[in-house]
Amino acid sequence: MVESSMLTETIRDIVQHHSGMPTRLLQILRDVQDRLTWLSPETLERVAEELSISPNKVRSVAEFYSFLYTTPRGRYDILFSDNITDRMLGNRELLHYLCGRLKVSIGETRSDGLVTIGTTSCTGMCDQGPAALVNGYTLTRLNPSRLDGIANLIESRIPLAEWPRELFEVYSNLRRADILLGRHFADGSALRAVLKRGPEAIMEEMVKSGLRGQGGAGFGSAAKWISCRNAPGNVKYVVCNADEGEPGTFKDRVLMQDFADLVFEGMTLCGRVIGAQHGFVYLRGEYRYMLNPLKATLQRRREAGLLGEAILGDISFNFDIEIHLGAGAYVCGEESALIESLEGKHGVPRIRPPFPTTHGYLNKPTVVNNVETFAAAAKIAVEGGDWFASRGTAQSKGTKLLSVSGDCERPGIYEYPFGITVNRVLEDCGAHDAQGIQMAGPAGHMISAKQFDRRICFEDLATGGSFMVFDQKRDILDGVRNFAHFFVHESCGFCTPCRVGTSLMRDLMDKVHTGHGTRYDLEEMRKLGRIMQAGCHCGLGQTAPNPVLDSLDQFPEAYERRLRSTAYEPAFDLNAALEEARQLTGRSDPGAYLNEEDLLVGAMP
Amino acid sequence: MSDEQSFTLDGRRIPFQNGQTVMQAALEAGVYIPHLCFNPEFTPHGSCRVCLVKVNNRMQAACTTPAADGQTVQSETEELREIRRGILQMLFVEGNHVCPACEKSGACQLQAVAYYTGMLAPHFKHFYPRRPVDASHPEAVIDFNRCILCELCVRASRDVDGKNIFAVEGRGIQAHLVVNTPSGQLGATGFSLHDKAAQVCPTGSILTKHRGYDIPIGQRLYDRKPINVVGDVAQLPDRQGGRRHD
Repeated sequence: MVESSMLTETIRDIVQHHSGMPTRLLQILRDVQDRLTWLSPETLERVAEELSISPNKVRSVAEFYSFLYTTPRGRYDILFSDNITDRMLGNRELLHYLCGRLKVSIGETRSDGLVTIGTTSCTGMCDQGPAALVNGYTLTRLNPSRLDGIANLIESRIPLAEWPRELFEVYSNLRRADILLGRHFADGSALRAVLKRGPEAIMEEMVKSGLRGQGGAGFGSAAKWISCRNAPGNVKYVVCNADEGEPGTFKDRVLMQDFADLVFEGMTLCGRVIGAQHGFVYLRGEYRYMLNPLKATLQRRREAGLLGEAILGDISFNFDIEIHLGAGAYVCGEESALIESLEGKHGVPRIRPPFPTTHGYLNKPTVVNNVETFAAAAKIAVEGGDWFASRGTAQSKGTKLLSVSGDCERPGIYEYPFGITVNRVLEDCGAHDAQGIQMAGPAGHMISAKQFDRRICFEDLATGGSFMVFDQKRDILDGVRNFAHFFVHESCGFCTPCRVGTSLMRDLMDKVHTGHGTRYDLEEMRKLGRIMQAGCHCGLGQTAPNPVLDSLDQFPEAYERRLRSTAYEPAFDLNAALEEARQLTGRSDPGAYLNEEDLLVGAMP
Repeated sequence: MSDEQSFTLDGRRIPFQNGQTVMQAALEAGVYIPHLCFNPEFTPHGSCRVCLVKVNNRMQAACTTPAADGQTVQSETEELREIRRGILQMLFVEGNHVCPACEKSGACQLQAVAYYTGMLAPHFKHFYPRRPVDASHPEAVIDFNRCILCELCVRASRDVDGKNIFAVEGRGIQAHLVVNTPSGQLGATGFSLHDKAAQVCPTGSILTKHRGYDIPIGQRLYDRKPINVVGDVAQLPDRQGGRRHD
C-alpha cells in the first residue's frame, strides 16, 4: 500500500505534468495507473482534488474505459486479444495454457498480486496473432514456446523493459501498394504546396479529388474542411481519428507505424486550410507501443520546421500536434464520442446536429478525419485532385487500404483502387476456399461466396478496411457469436436499444449456438435487430445487429443445423436453476434431476 | 398561406418557432408523442429512444430533432408503435419492475407509456439484476430496481438543485445510477423531498417514506385516462396524484 502522503505527491506530480488540465483526465488516469497498477477509491478522490473537479466525474471516466481498473490488478497485466481472427489462430488454447503455467484463473489476479490474465477486444494484430497486451504493450505471434518464455519472465519478476524485443515486434506486412503507399513522399512537400498556392487552391484540389472519409462512413472530406473553414470563430481544431477499433482493421496501425510523416503532414495541411493551430491524434490504447516513437517523429518535425511555430519560416503558419491515448473503448471511434474522450470525459456519442465542423472539441469548429484520409490529403496537395480521381469509380475516387486477415496465405495490408472485386482480393491474399467474408468488421456486412463478384466501393460494399476471411472448415456462427459478445462489451450504455438490445441478442445467439434455439428464436433475433437498427442513438448500436441479420440471410444452413425441432424452447433452463439447490443439499442422486439426460450433464465436471 | 413555419405530424399541421424540436412543437400544439427521458423543463437527453418518429422517412428521436419547415413526421404508425413497444419491453426486463406491488403503480410514467403503446407483457428474457434498495435517508427511499437511466434526477440535482447528488457510472449493461458520496448512501447527502430531483422520476425509483397508497389503486392518475390525455406525472401537482410540489 502506498502511503497517503506519497500517494498525494505521486498524483500531484502527474497532474502537474499535464498542466492541471481536466481535459487531460484520461491521460492523467492512465499515468497514475501506470505507477500504482490500479485506481483505488482514494486515488480517484485525490485526482479529483488535484484537478478541482467533482469526484464523480473522475469515477465515471475510470469506470468507463476497459483499460482503467478500479479493482486491484497484477503487476503483470495480460490481456489476450479475443477477436474471431485470434480465435482462428488458437488464442483460447493459449489463454488456458498460460493460465495453467502461471496458476491463475481467467479474469482473476493471482493471490500474490503478481499477474492478472484476461481478454480484450481486437487489438489490431489480426495478421500476426494470436496477440495480447502486457501492461498495455503489444505481444504478437503467440505460441506455446513464446508463452513459456513469458511465464518465466513473469515468475522471475523481470521488468518489462528487459524482456526480449522480439516478443514485441510488430510487422507491417505491406502486401500491395498503389498510389498512396507506392510513391515516395518528400516531407514538407504538401506544406510547401499550400504556402505557395494558398488554402483556396488546395481546397479546390480536394474537391476535384472526390476524397471521402476513409474510416468507412464516406462523408466528403472537402465538404468537411470547407464547412469548418467557414464556421465562425478563431479557434479551431484538427483531430486525427486513430482509434481503429473495428475488429479486423489494422491499416491505420501500419500508416502510423510506417507513414506517420504523411499523416502528420496531412493534419498540418488541414490546419493551414481551415485556420487551426492545434491538432490531436486520438491513438487507440491498444497502440500504446507507438506512443513514444510517434512523439519522437513529432519532435523531429518540429526541429525540421515542419511543425510548431513559423512552419517553413512563415510566421503566420503555426500548428502543433498532441497525441491522446485511448483506453479501450470501441465507441470512441465515433467522432463525437472521440471528442468527448479528448475532453477528458467518458465516451458517449453526442446528439447531432450540431456537427463537429461547427461544434467539436470544446465546442469549437473541428475537423475529425481518419488516419488514411489525412494521408491521402497530403498526397493530393502535392499531386493534385485529378491525379487522385483518376483511380477508383464514379463515386469512390482513389484507393482504399484493406486489412486482410483470417483464412488466407498472405494476411496484411493491400492497397487497391476503389471498385476492386472481392474475388480479386481473395486471389491476391491466397484465400482458396473462402465461404464468407466479414466486410468492414462486425459493424459492416457478412457476405457469402455468391457475392464475391461484388465491388469494394461506396456504391456497393463500403468499408473502413476490415476484411476477415472464413474458409469452408469454419463455423460461421462462431464468428457471429464472437461479434455479438463484442458489441455487449463495447456498448456505451447510453441508449436503451443498444444497452439492453446487445445483451438480449448475445443471449439469443448463445442459445442458438449451443443447440437450444428454435425457429421462434431466429424470428426474435430478426425483430430485435430491426428495433436496434431503427432505434439506437449512434452508429455502433445501429450496426450491432448486422452480423446476426446478415448471417441469417446469407448462411441460413449454419442456423438450420443447430435448431431444435420444437417450435419453442424456454430461455429459462430449469435443470440449471436447480443446481444451486443440489449444491446446498449436497444431492447428486437421480431424484435431484429432472430426467436422465440432465443427470448425465450434471455429472460432468 | 401564412409565413408561419410548420411541419406535418401524422398529417396534422404543427406550427413551430426557430430552435424548437419536433417534440417541443408537438407538445405545444397539444399532440402527444410518448417519451420518458424527455421533460420540457430540461435540455433534451435522447437516451430512452421511446419518442422515435420518422422524420422525412428517417428514424429520429423527436426530442432531439430540430423542427424544420415542411418536414413530414410520422408518429402513430404500427411500425413505430412496435419499435416503441420493443424498447419499453427492454426497459422492463433490464430492471426489476413489479407493477402489482409497486407504490407508484397507476401513477408511473413508464407503466402508462407502456399501456399507451399497447405493451401487455415484458416479452424478453428478464435480466433479474441484483440491485439493493437504499433506505438510508429519513424521508426517501431509492429503489434502483426501477431505474431506467433517464438521468432526470441527475440533471435536476445538478442543474436545478445545485447539489449534484446523482450520477450514472459504468459502461454498457453495467451502467447504473449512483449516489455521489463515498458511502454511496442517500442518507449521507443533503437530499430533500423538496428538491427538483425528488419530483422528476418517471418510475418508482425515488419514493417518499412514511406515505403510501394514499390514493387507492384504481383511482390513480392513469387508472382511468391514458397518459396522452393526463400528461406526465412530473408535470402534475401532488394533489392530482402527480409528483410536483407547488
